[in-house]
Amino acid sequence: MSVDDEKGLHSRGDEFLQIFKKGAEFTQELMRENERLRFRLIELEGVLTNHPEGEGDGSSESMHLRARIADLEKEKEEIITRIKQVEAENQDFANRYLEVEYENNNLANLYIASYQLHSTLDFQEVLQIITEIIINLVGAEEFAVLLLDEKNNELQPAATEGISQADLPKIRLGQGIIGEMAKTGENYFIEDPAGYQRDLGHPMVCIPLKIKEHVIGVIVIYKLLVQKSEFAEVDYELFTLLAGHAATAIFSSKLYSESERKLSTIQGFIDLLTK
Amino acid sequence: MSEYKILIVEDSPTMRQLISFALKRLRGIKIVEANDGVDGLKKLSGDKFDLIFTDINMPIMDGLKLVSLVRNDPGYRETPIVVITTEGAQEDRERALALGANDYITKPIQANRILEVAKALLKIA
Repeated sequence: MSVDDEKGLHSRGDEFLQIFKKGAEFTQELMRENERLRFRLIELEGVLTNHPEGEGDGSSESMHLRARIADLEKEKEEIITRIKQVEAENQDFANRYLEVEYENNNLANLYIASYQLHSTLDFQEVLQIITEIIINLVGAEEFAVLLLDEKNNELQPAATEGISQADLPKIRLGQGIIGEMAKTGENYFIEDPAGYQRDLGHPMVCIPLKIKEHVIGVIVIYKLLVQKSEFAEVDYELFTLLAGHAATAIFSSKLYSESERKLSTIQGFIDLLTK
Repeated sequence: MSEYKILIVEDSPTMRQLISFALKRLRGIKIVEANDGVDGLKKLSGDKFDLIFTDINMPIMDGLKLVSLVRNDPGYRETPIVVITTEGAQEDRERALALGANDYITKPIQANRILEVAKALLKIA
């Protein structure tokens, strides 16, 4: 081996050593970086273990928002409960309004019936008004007003609607349902108006016309209007009103007619005597 | 507030008072009453009405004749007319509607029904 060859070998050996050193340094550097990363990983794992999800950075704001949501949910529940209460109250008010309206209408009907009954002293007009009330307020189609003739204790027809006066049977006080009600002064209502079959001796309704306990006649109903299948509560109140007010109206108008007639007769005598 | 004038043509004082009583619950209403068709026509000729209620069965001039005459009057061609009938008098009701009546109410009359019909025809909320 020549000297030049030996120098070439040394030079290449140095180069190799240099490369080897660099490789060793790089390996050590990698190992250090690896160690650093492992340490960092352990650190982060520790942080995660100590702070559950969502409670990292900004956790106080998150907690505040959660509390606010809970408050709002509670408030919403309270509002829903209140709305339900108000709705129930509204329904209650609506029902009460309808009841008041119904009562108001009934009172208006009773007032009008009473007002009309006492609006005249003409006997025929009073009978006409009783007839109108029974048709328009009660809703009857066939009925009669019978007045008691106290001389022979018989009920005589004074007004009829839908039936002929001639068709009505003669009824004595205490005879049959009509006579019995006229005697006792009690109201009579058939139990099933819809299933009633007309019987002139046995009406569906019989209302004695009374001044205190003194019966002066009866109202008998045989048929209701087509659209009316049964009696409403107000009908019974109307019957009660008719029993009293119609009786006094009839009695007053009869007395007035009689006094007018007597006055006319007396006036005639006076005229005869003075002329 | 605008005032509505309503004419009630009805021979029965009880019925007139019943209808009038119900209508008075509406605000801004003026009511005029007539005893029969002829009286109704007299009142119509002297004034302007927004709504007419008329019975069908009346003496002197019945409701059907009144509806017919009112509809032939250019001044009242568009005025709403409500006829008062019994449920059984379907033929009269149909004739009245054919002659130009706008609606009907049946006896025994209900205040609520009168108000409902009046509000609808006068276009009151």
